[in-house]
Amino acid sequence: MFSLDINNEKTELAKTFVATLIELMKTDDKIIALDADLGSASGLEKIKKTNPDRFIDVGIAEANMTGIAAGLSAVGFIPFIHSFAPFVSRRNYDQLYMAGAYAHNTVNIFGSDPGFAVGPNGGTHTSFEDVALMREIPEAIVCDASDAVLLEWIVKTFAKLKGIHYVRANRKGVKNIYKKGSTFELGKANVLNEGKDILIVCAGQLVSDALDACKILADKNVSAQVIDMFCIKPLDAETLLKCAAGKKAVMSFENHSIVGGLGSAVAEVLAENAVGVKFKRIGVNDRFGEVGSQEYLQKTFGLTAQNLVEQALTLLGKN
Amino acid sequence: MTKEQLLDLKRLSAQIRLDILKMLLHMGYGHLGGSLSLVETMSVLYSKYLRYDPKNPRWTDRDMIVLSKGHAGAVLYAALANLGFFDKEILNSLNEGGTILPSHPDRLKTPGIDMTTGSLGQGTSLAAGIATGFKLNKTDQYVYLIVGDGELNEGQCWEAFQYIAAKKLNNCIVMIDINKKQLDGWTKDILNPFDIAKKMEAFGFFTVKANGADEESISMALDKCREIKDGAVCIALDTTKGQGVKYFENYASNHSVKFNNPEIIKAAEDAISELENYLKGDKKNV
Ligand SMILES: Cc1ncc(C[n+]2csc(CCOP(=O)(O)OP(=O)(O)O)c2C)c(N)n1
Repeated sequence: MFSLDINNEKTELAKTFVATLIELMKTDDKIIALDADLGSASGLEKIKKTNPDRFIDVGIAEANMTGIAAGLSAVGFIPFIHSFAPFVSRRNYDQLYMAGAYAHNTVNIFGSDPGFAVGPNGGTHTSFEDVALMREIPEAIVCDASDAVLLEWIVKTFAKLKGIHYVRANRKGVKNIYKKGSTFELGKANVLNEGKDILIVCAGQLVSDALDACKILADKNVSAQVIDMFCIKPLDAETLLKCAAGKKAVMSFENHSIVGGLGSAVAEVLAENAVGVKFKRIGVNDRFGEVGSQEYLQKTFGLTAQNLVEQALTLLGKN
Repeated sequence: MTKEQLLDLKRLSAQIRLDILKMLLHMGYGHLGGSLSLVETMSVLYSKYLRYDPKNPRWTDRDMIVLSKGHAGAVLYAALANLGFFDKEILNSLNEGGTILPSHPDRLKTPGIDMTTGSLGQGTSLAAGIATGFKLNKTDQYVYLIVGDGELNEGQCWEAFQYIAAKKLNNCIVMIDINKKQLDGWTKDILNPFDIAKKMEAFGFFTVKANGADEESISMALDKCREIKDGAVCIALDTTKGQGVKYFENYASNHSVKFNNPEIIKAAEDAISELENYLKGDKKNV
């Protein structure tokens, strides 16, 4: 069970990731962390002090790291790998697919700074397609963490499973949403509030913005419901359909391309179940990333609460 | 090289170094160490070897630079601004939303940038393709491929090197910035590269070592490489991360520096005024 604790404070999710792994390592000597020369950026290099032989910096070689992780899992280890999201999804895709998924090895992946979280690293380091790529791998589990409590739970859950498991999250500060100690269910969406006019299906860091949008919409007499679809694959069709029923419109809101990510997954469910509701995907529309502050990028790509509100009003015919 | 020429090169190096420091200090952070280690290399390449036209950056007969270690974009930008590719004021827009100067070079955004890089390793194959194209076109153009020593961790570099050597692409001059550090620390601690020059020789490259802080040494190495007509060539540049500014050479985390405390800001400001004084000074006194 989860409950909300929205307090406008932020937690750096890389810190949460590292602390969770160190905690897991206390009771499970099979957990092992790998990084590709970003151990200081992720903080994983801390493990050098706590568990010296449970951190491997393979150097700048993400494809190699993925293969090594798969090999480690073949002899009983539980590997977690990290790099910036594009370099542990796009760059190493065939290794994830073949050495990992197809051979039924285990690779747990933390892709950091997805989408606009890239900030000054710019277009070459931007991933608006990692979720789409990961969804495509048979049996893979794909998550987008909206806050620290959820990320901790996801990492602990991944550690118990065999297969390819991907979670994306901002390394830096992200607003707290859930109360400490909350538990969740893989493949089950978190329904965050009640609302009767419009359903906003969201994941990752943008969940906070969706909740902000809800408040603005309420002032305009629009009652919006938000669900945190943190597990994009497998997608919780049941909750989605239940919440969509009776709504005037459904929207997806993602820090990702509208092709192949959360919005596509939601569209597939709505279409196949003949839910004839107005529907709009808010996300990145066939564009590359670029350089700038997170705030600038969020605005540039229309991934703000304000834009969500505008789009919702348009969809409802109130603009 | 005449004394006069050497002095001109050193002045350009000082100017590029100064502009990098100013640019990154203005922004408050940035990839300082790996930009500074390439200052002398850039000033030699642009002054003596590259054929280019700042008024016509896409001139088809130009030589090209592929900065495969794209995070060092600042050194290219500083060089390009000094050579007249764009206004110097633009340097302060590094990384700002809408800028033409993103942290990693983008050939669609910046006049004078020949190739888009930033995902380490990929520039090596791009340069191999460019060199192949030059050969197919029967031109005498060169592509200068600049690779980081940490970047050599990427397997793609070695795939490209095998190709460049097998195809005898003497028109792709591989320059390795051996500053002995990568992001997480010393290259020998992260993934021991052993003797990079020897490795390149074993891969079939005619390999010359040069002091990457010395314009004359870099220039001599380039002359030697350009004499080779029937095989691959490589320059192993012995450099220092943070090169040319003692404080940053000794600063442990000098990969991406945050100018967020008085000591480090002062170190940058001191280096800036030292370089400005040098550049104001009489040539003969240098
Ligand atoms: C494929 C890829 N993985 C990781 C990174 C992140 N990264 C940027 S610079 C760097 C270290 C580069 O080391 P080196 O090539 O030695 O450059 P230098 O020390 O000269 O700056 C890393 C890991 C990246 N840009 N691309």
